[in-house]
Amino acid sequence: METLLGCTDLGESSSNPSRPGVGPCEDATISPLTRAILRRDFIKGVIASTGAVASTAYLPGGSSLARASAPGITERLLSLHVNGHVRRVDVLPQETLATTLRYKLGLTGTKLGCDRAECGACTVLIDETPHYSCSTLTHRVRGRAITTVEGLEGPNGEVHPVQQGFIDELGPQCGFCTPGQVMSAVALLTSNPHPTREEARAAMAGNLCRCGAYDQYLNGIMRAAGEA
Amino acid sequence: MADSLIGEDFVPPDVHSKVTGRAKYAEDARADGMLFCRLLLSPMPHGRVRSIDASEALAMDGVFAVLDADDLPAVDPPETPVLTNEPCYVGEPILAVAAVDEATAQNAIDTITVDLEPLPFTVDPLHSLRPGGPNARSDGNAVVRREGVREIKWTTEDFDAAQDGALPVGEPSVEWSYGDVDRGFQDSALVLDETFVTAGLSHHSMEPRTAMAYWQNGKCFLYGSTQSQAFVIPGLARLIGIAPENLVYIAEYCGGGFGSKGGAYPVMAIPAHLSKKTGRPVMLRITRAEEYYTGSARPGFQGRVKIGFREDGRVAAVDLYLVQENGPYAGFGDYTSAADAVSIVYTPVAMRFQGIAVATNTPPRGAQRGPGQNQIAVAVEPLIDKAARHLGLDRVAIRRVNAPDHDSRYGGGQSDITSAYLSEALDKGRARFDWDAKQAQSGRRRGSKVIGIGVGQAYHSAGSNGFDGLVRIAPDGTLHIHTGVGNLGTYSYASTARVAADVLKYQWDHCVIERGSSERHLPWNLGQFGSNTSFTMTRTNYAAAIDAVGKLKDIAARTLGGSPDDYDIGDERVFRRTMPAAYLTYAAAAQRAIELGDRFSGQVLADNLNSMTKTSARALAGTGLIGVAKDTLPREGTVPALAAGFVQIELDLETGKFDILEYVGVADCGTVLHPQGLANQIKGGAVMGFGMACLERHVYDSHYGLPGSIGLHQAKPATYLDVPLRMEWDAVDAADPQNPSGAKGVGEPLLGCAAAALLCAISDALGGHYFNRTPVVADMIINAASGRGQSHTPLQVNTA
Repeated sequence: METLLGCTDLGESSSNPSRPGVGPCEDATISPLTRAILRRDFIKGVIASTGAVASTAYLPGGSSLARASAPGITERLLSLHVNGHVRRVDVLPQETLATTLRYKLGLTGTKLGCDRAECGACTVLIDETPHYSCSTLTHRVRGRAITTVEGLEGPNGEVHPVQQGFIDELGPQCGFCTPGQVMSAVALLTSNPHPTREEARAAMAGNLCRCGAYDQYLNGIMRAAGEA
Repeated sequence: MADSLIGEDFVPPDVHSKVTGRAKYAEDARADGMLFCRLLLSPMPHGRVRSIDASEALAMDGVFAVLDADDLPAVDPPETPVLTNEPCYVGEPILAVAAVDEATAQNAIDTITVDLEPLPFTVDPLHSLRPGGPNARSDGNAVVRREGVREIKWTTEDFDAAQDGALPVGEPSVEWSYGDVDRGFQDSALVLDETFVTAGLSHHSMEPRTAMAYWQNGKCFLYGSTQSQAFVIPGLARLIGIAPENLVYIAEYCGGGFGSKGGAYPVMAIPAHLSKKTGRPVMLRITRAEEYYTGSARPGFQGRVKIGFREDGRVAAVDLYLVQENGPYAGFGDYTSAADAVSIVYTPVAMRFQGIAVATNTPPRGAQRGPGQNQIAVAVEPLIDKAARHLGLDRVAIRRVNAPDHDSRYGGGQSDITSAYLSEALDKGRARFDWDAKQAQSGRRRGSKVIGIGVGQAYHSAGSNGFDGLVRIAPDGTLHIHTGVGNLGTYSYASTARVAADVLKYQWDHCVIERGSSERHLPWNLGQFGSNTSFTMTRTNYAAAIDAVGKLKDIAARTLGGSPDDYDIGDERVFRRTMPAAYLTYAAAAQRAIELGDRFSGQVLADNLNSMTKTSARALAGTGLIGVAKDTLPREGTVPALAAGFVQIELDLETGKFDILEYVGVADCGTVLHPQGLANQIKGGAVMGFGMACLERHVYDSHYGLPGSIGLHQAKPATYLDVPLRMEWDAVDAADPQNPSGAKGVGEPLLGCAAAALLCAISDALGGHYFNRTPVVADMIINAASGRGQSHTPLQVNTA
């Protein structure tokens, strides 16, 4: 806990410009210097302003009540790089990324199917690698590029080829696992643009679908990869 | 453009939202000042609350209210209560706490003292049926249809009469027969008498059930997770204690239900009650573990079936006894549906059925995709293979000999059916799977691996009637199709809406589907369950559209002269047949409808409409041409959905693991409405079937009544790696004569036929070893392959 609160080893990305994967999703208008300034001023600024999302009312893992003004917890206020934007947010030490995304940043596309790393509905990308956000502490991804399903669309609403593939193949049934399936598939095609169907299946195996739409999802992925 | 929208693929209007994350499920609802609640659950399988001390919790900062059973209206046994003072399974909700956040609510719950008196319990129906055996409920152990709960015990003699692990047979609570069963067995060349067990298993929908409620101007607004829309409202209003018209129900998306969210379910009402108590919006999120308690489950069977076969494989007689592990509450009539399914899939010349639903201290049971029909498919289909092996018959041929035709009869009452194309489905699958060539590969070895092939079939009733349709042609010319059926993920809400567009000869992109909330003014429709939507909703949308066509012609005649019969429709106009230049666009006709008022724009409504439909139509009155009608089309007989599945596996005799190399599913669903949607059902049903056959089961400790399968990794729904790399499908695509589109539903038997086919393939790979139990898991296969006995006794249930 000491490490998490102090965050000595998880500083934000500008101190480690070589960290892979940070670049593509960052807001291009924010230079590293600006980011540093933002960071420095962030805590003071956030405390004084209403610009940050400070609601803690939804936290499954910890209550806001006793902590709101306790000393020594200013590190709760941090910048997250989400979908190409810097989002300022008040995060408890034990808070999961799924909670932060869904209940503080309003990004409800990320779903909670189990909240214990069994189902994959909460899959997001952290520096292009798929992670279960229900089992990732938000404090551990400071400075990392986080991409949720909301971050895939182009500026004019164009969907990602994986999303288009899922539409064309009628991939989703109930749709609840779909955002997680989309994110795992995007990660697959980033690292392996032309997977075999077997490779795609292996890459998707961490995402459950009770409707059993696996065949259609694989069809959608192969279509997105230009293999269908 | 095709002449008809029926049978054409389309992009359902909600797919884009699903792939972009914009789709709003119940847990995505937010309201200012929203509180959260958590539940205090029973730690024991059966007990009685002696006292509750919540004083410390209520004094805590951020805690707003505690709700317990005494705050709620009592329910009639054996219905499932919202909260209870007599918990009947581990995990049953006893009370709920509303607080500023979930952590505070949970901390408050940890301070509450509940004094519970332990009561006798059981997790095995036969244990409860023994003389002096424990009752799962304080008022008895047998849940009897139309009667309620009573105590039924079998005699010592009943138990002693059963030899060698056979199911003892005592007093049933339900019984029927037709034909001369004894004579049928006398005429048989082969009689099998088999005892079997099918495991209970959870629904585990991906979306844990969530509800959020608030009150405004005397109405309760509730965001819920249900398969159905309109159908939920009366039951949910009752659970909340209000009139249906005072409930605004929002359920745009449902993250999977599979029967467990078909109607209102008890925990949905908790946030409504807590919101009333606190004056704040309240959200209840059910956790994954809690989903295994309150999220419903398929009941297991302990069964015995005696089947007599003639030399040609024809089933001459069946004698079926089913003991249903019912959970503690009302449960569902799986056991009776199972018997009905046997009567139609094998059309036995004579049949007797006896059954009993026995209460156990395990989670409440509800309908799960093919409730009863699919348990009996996995139990009986391998026995059909066993008979084929004894009689030297082909396994597809023996099924075809017994398959129903349109004149076949259904159930104990031997009633009519509307259509049956199971033979055609078997033929189509046989050809597509290349059964005859594959048969030659059966038993082929490759190292420790062996090939097995199997065929399976299943049934479910697939349609209802008597519900209302509602469409509106707006003054801008668009067609608004109001559907109250729900959105469980099959897209049938949309494919059936297209019937209204078809009747009115609309372009699909000029149509809007209104759904998802009471505020959309929806008609009274049946719930989205029971494979019924394709049949039922095509009829209601047809009825509403026909009503609209009549009104268009009437308006045209009043406006342009002549009689309504002089007019026809096309290109979104109503025109005079003999003088096509005399026409009204639909937009103009809608404007005229508003001017004419009366029945044309919904001011006057037919008496036979449901009150919910009338309320919705009145809300729309004066906004366009209103087509609204009750489905009064004739229907005589049960609507059968039938399906056949074909599986090839390669099974490793050393590890008990197998790969499913190929799957072909074929549906008899009448005319195909939406090929892509049907393909999803055929494949998805098969995936669930593979889970039911070989992975999923309830595990209960018989000594303490504690659950051992309350996580996805323990309860094991099938993953990408458990299913074939590619799956194939086909459909008979022959019309049902009692549906205006020819359509029947089919969602449910698609599970059972695949599950049965897989089990048959495993038995085939093992050279004819029949397990008489589901699921067939790896250690059972290894035991069978190596000639060892199994670790369970033949009638043991809830085994690990």
